Amino acid sequence: MPLISLTNLHKSYGQNEVLKGISLDIEPGEVIALIGKSGSGKSTLLRCINGLESFQEGSILVAGTSVMDSPNQLRLLRQKIGMIFQQFNLFPHLTVGRNVMLAPTVVKKTRQGEAEALAREMLDRVGLEQKFDAYPGQLSGGQQQRVAIARALAMQPLALLCDEITSALDPELVNEVLAVVRDLARQGMTLVMVTHEMRFAREVCHRLVFMHQGRLHESGPPEQVFNAPTTAELQQFLGMQ
Amino acid sequence: MVYHFEFGALIPYIPVILHGVLITVELTLFGTVLGIIVSILCAWARSGGPLWLRVPVGTYVELIRNTPFIIQLFFIFFGLPSVGVHLNAIDASILAMVINLGAYGTEIVRAGITATPRGQREAGASLGLSGPQIFRHIVLVPALSRIWPALSGQVVIVMLGSAVCSQISVQELTYAASFIQSRSFRAFEAYFVVTALYLILALLLRQILRLGGKRIFPGGKAR
Repeated sequence: MPLISLTNLHKSYGQNEVLKGISLDIEPGEVIALIGKSGSGKSTLLRCINGLESFQEGSILVAGTSVMDSPNQLRLLRQKIGMIFQQFNLFPHLTVGRNVMLAPTVVKKTRQGEAEALAREMLDRVGLEQKFDAYPGQLSGGQQQRVAIARALAMQPLALLCDEITSALDPELVNEVLAVVRDLARQGMTLVMVTHEMRFAREVCHRLVFMHQGRLHESGPPEQVFNAPTTAELQQFLGMQ
Repeated sequence: MVYHFEFGALIPYIPVILHGVLITVELTLFGTVLGIIVSILCAWARSGGPLWLRVPVGTYVELIRNTPFIIQLFFIFFGLPSVGVHLNAIDASILAMVINLGAYGTEIVRAGITATPRGQREAGASLGLSGPQIFRHIVLVPALSRIWPALSGQVVIVMLGSAVCSQISVQELTYAASFIQSRSFRAFEAYFVVTALYLILALLLRQILRLGGKRIFPGGKAR
């Protein structure tokens, strides 16, 4: 059974239809990249999966729960899917450790000591255990993004959604973040990412999904997508990279 | 004619002055703490609370911000007894100050809440936090740190405004000044000293709020 299942998803902002009937199944452990031009609907699609965007038609099931259910169901669902943002979105008033501990203590009611141990473990996973007591403002962009990953992991999610997580970083900081994502992929985490890092997508992903004008235009394993694109739009998109 | 200053004439009244300082500090302390709590609750109601709360809170804010403090105070002290609510002068003053600071503070705190980047709420939501949890753990503290200087200014205004409470016979600092000058006829000296004391109190209060802000809001300025 797929972990995430989208069926005939439609979304519009007023008159402007940005998703025009998307169907996509994502299996547990699968690593998928959504690629395509700006405005093709990649980020919107990603944000629909954990209910940050509403949609007008179609359905999204995550581990059997519908995103459109009650607010309580949606909160439960969000605990199962982590999200990492382009702008990191760390909480500036909390230390790195507290950033990671917040959701386990507040949402899952994990005890303080247990949550701290968990936070240290997750920060260790992204190589930042020593920054436990630092504030986000004292970290580089790359470090902040790795903390954001640790924060998402602390909820022990079934899948991670990554929304252009290296786009706001200076070029020399991109690799430390990608290295963490690569490790997660190796460990079997289900990952859905919107990315412009084509080389990385090719190396890590099981499947690439090319979106064009609100539709899934073409998809397949990286070799196929890169070496034998069938549609003119994908050829043109890859030519621009 | 030359006026001979004689500050020595105030010496017998030092206990009256000190008592006045104490009462002014007491009014300010209660007025500020409770007023800030009211500000936060009303700011939450106005920015993210249920619709049925927004209208009454909005009415309260506009009503208070568009009427004089002294009238609000008189209404509470002289008006409310007619409908059976009797408050002593100090309680009436604190209530008036809380209501007054609450209204101005609501708008100040609300500005801080509105300036919260959308991504902060989204990050909280995507971790499974509920709306009230997001407000309490993610939005509130950075919002307060953003507007702390403005709120501090309003607190000082309220402290200085407490001078008006002498009008309902609260024996605070301004009351002490009028009392002394009516007894000693040393108006210049009495008001000079009291003015200086207000100045010192205001500067102290600003300093306390500044240092307090540094303690409460570590991690530097919120975006």
